[in-house]
Amino acid sequence: MKTFRFLTTVAVIAMASALAAEEPVQGGTLNAVIQPEPPGLMLGLIQNGPTQMVAGQIYESLLRYDTDLNPMPSLAKEWSKSDDGLTYTFTLQDDVVWHDGAPFTSADVVFSVDVFLRETHARLRASLVHVASIEAPDDKTVVFTLNQPFGPFLGIFEVGTMPMIPKHIYEGTDFANNPANNTPIGTGPFKFQEWERGSYIHLVKNEDYYLEGKPHLDEIYYQVIPDAASRAVAFETGQVDLLPGGSIENFDIPRLTAMDNVCTTNAGWEFFGPHSWMWLNMHEGPMTDKNLRKAVMHALDREFARDALWNGNGTVAKGPVSSVTRFHEENTPDISFNPEKAKEYLAASGYDGETLRILPLPYGETWQRWAEATRQNLAEVGINSELVATDVAGWNQKVGAWDFDMAFTYLYQYGDPALGVARTYISSNIAQGSPWNNVSGYVNEEVDALFADAAIQADDAARQELYTKAQDIIVDDVPVAWMLELEFPTIYRCDLKNPVSTAIGVNDGLRDAWLVQN
Amino acid sequence: MLGFIAARLVKAVFILLAILVLNFVLIHAAPGDPAAVMAGEAGAADEKFLQDLRERFGLDQPFAMQLWTYMRGAVQLDLGYSYRQQMPVAELIWDRLPATLLLTATAFVISIVLGVTAGVLAAQAQGTWWDTLISAVALIFYATPLFWVALMASLLFSVVLGWLPGFGYQTIGANYTGLDRVLDVGKHLILPASTLGLFFTAIYMRMTRASMLEVSRLDFVKTARAKGLRNSVIQRRHVLRNALLPVITLAGLQAGQIVGGAVLTETVFAWPGIGRLMFEAISQRDYNVILGVFFISAAMVLLFNLVTDILYGIVDPRIRIAT
Repeated sequence: MKTFRFLTTVAVIAMASALAAEEPVQGGTLNAVIQPEPPGLMLGLIQNGPTQMVAGQIYESLLRYDTDLNPMPSLAKEWSKSDDGLTYTFTLQDDVVWHDGAPFTSADVVFSVDVFLRETHARLRASLVHVASIEAPDDKTVVFTLNQPFGPFLGIFEVGTMPMIPKHIYEGTDFANNPANNTPIGTGPFKFQEWERGSYIHLVKNEDYYLEGKPHLDEIYYQVIPDAASRAVAFETGQVDLLPGGSIENFDIPRLTAMDNVCTTNAGWEFFGPHSWMWLNMHEGPMTDKNLRKAVMHALDREFARDALWNGNGTVAKGPVSSVTRFHEENTPDISFNPEKAKEYLAASGYDGETLRILPLPYGETWQRWAEATRQNLAEVGINSELVATDVAGWNQKVGAWDFDMAFTYLYQYGDPALGVARTYISSNIAQGSPWNNVSGYVNEEVDALFADAAIQADDAARQELYTKAQDIIVDDVPVAWMLELEFPTIYRCDLKNPVSTAIGVNDGLRDAWLVQN
Repeated sequence: MLGFIAARLVKAVFILLAILVLNFVLIHAAPGDPAAVMAGEAGAADEKFLQDLRERFGLDQPFAMQLWTYMRGAVQLDLGYSYRQQMPVAELIWDRLPATLLLTATAFVISIVLGVTAGVLAAQAQGTWWDTLISAVALIFYATPLFWVALMASLLFSVVLGWLPGFGYQTIGANYTGLDRVLDVGKHLILPASTLGLFFTAIYMRMTRASMLEVSRLDFVKTARAKGLRNSVIQRRHVLRNALLPVITLAGLQAGQIVGGAVLTETVFAWPGIGRLMFEAISQRDYNVILGVFFISAAMVLLFNLVTDILYGIVDPRIRIAT
């Protein structure tokens, strides 16, 4: 009995020590990599990846999302939805001030969404067509009234989608040329301090942040290192502590993660749900043949690509909706690797042996090798193909002009099919000049109707039913060849605690991160 | 001589204008435009977004109008606005210029001093194992791709030995001042400047050696020997001075590239210079930045060509007489 008590005591002490060890510590400097260098940090004007990664610490939105995509408080402490799904009421946090000391109020929210972002933010603008009015009955309350129910409405309050912009600085100005764009002012946990172009961006702790005790870090340096191998070296030599997902080539990941005191996580991309596929050109040419598209789909050894090229990171896609996105359907028609089936579909197709043009995504070695592996997969079942080399601008131009037979891409899904999936498959979204719409040229009126209907349902069960049907039809039609649900490991020194706690990872998570002080 | 310089300067202005027009046409002929690249980075775009960007940057104007607008600005030294970096191109280039000058000028000095010295030594020791060793090392540096040398140098001296920083221009966050800052920047400069310098060192070495050997077989050297002059005097006054002509030509060419930066070295070592700026601008189709860097580089090449011609006259009196 005594032994039991002793062991219990030891266990309790050990647990207490462990908990104490996990207690956030104040202070410290975090060195992170940023690549490429962002064009600017004004998140209302620029929403590319690197801008979001840095500016996500400076700006905030009304909500954040956990890794299951459940909304959490941010600048809004509470929110409610009316029974008819038409009215959303947000109550703002108390004592929030902008980095220049001015108070943050509901008038800032109305200005940000209804004036600034409606003008500048292409992706949000598509969702705002559902919003009839935005009102501020008092300083702490904002009411959004919709034209009709919009299922994913609570999913558009992420900081990259709806950053809050200071009304007192931007109202009545030329937004794009406002001098304040060079010294961004938000409400976030870190303030902009300095940007030495080509070298680093320096953020410092916001001492007036409205959450007691946060942020924990004193400052963050985002270091601009253009070469992937040099970024790996910078981490190896201890000059940076955090490599956000996608910072280094995949073949360098095992070497770095094998080092002492190095941690890694694949979490923090759930909101984006990066989904990769090959566009199959259905406008004209051989890929208009459904049997050939099915032959291509079954010819692709995606497990090999994941294991050999992506170091085992990623999930083989089952269809258009990623498994981390809401309303994913697991039991879609079979599109697995099956060379024999591919040959049967090829025999049934009108393919006459012509050479198909594959456009790799010009984003580095992994993508190039993936295109080479795909070409080999296709050759093994009797489909001839060639790789067409381009740079990023050329890729944009060729994909937008439908100048390819197959073209690699990946797009974000933003947590909900209505926000990031429908755009790829609905026929009203076919237009030359853009590589982010329905590039394949897929037309199916039933799918159009299902997506349109599902977006305006307030009830999740009804939406699931409609999206399941849509996914079944799309997978059977194979307008694109789905590849992998991509995962980009975030690699960091284990002394850095809690860098990823939300569905957008290090883009807004450094508020809660801290460094163990040695 | 003054007339010669004035004529060359006038010619240089016309060449510069022609280069500007040619660059403008070539860059606009490449597929894709900056609006599409910027929209691509944002991950989504609608027609309004693209149209707004094109209007803002004047990309919706007819090609001839865009060219006219650019040329009108350029002759007033207004290099335009960077679409992606969202700031004036001149300011951007001015910001990056010190880092580039420091890197390329250091590499220039390293390569000339090491290259010419090694070339002279090899020529004097022709046929010995010293000559073979120096020539072989030079050949290796000349034949090895620069980016590979850069990566290996970084791996060896930064990761394995831990002696030198592997990237960047300074220790970020250290906020050094005075001598400490000079030493810090100097430490960061060693790897990129040596890597960049080694390639040119090899060229200078081979050129100096070949030129020295050629000159030393000429009649006036035999005459000098017959006069009983000491070998060191013959080598220094007669052989080296005459052998330097091709070296000066090469130095002029290298000096012309000083302002253009070193794309590979700056990229691998994250050196915040103009070469890297240009590389990024090309992939982003940031037309004005590309044109701005090309403009400055072309101007420098023309200037150093002129300086080279003048130096020729000083080193070789026959040329001075001819002009």
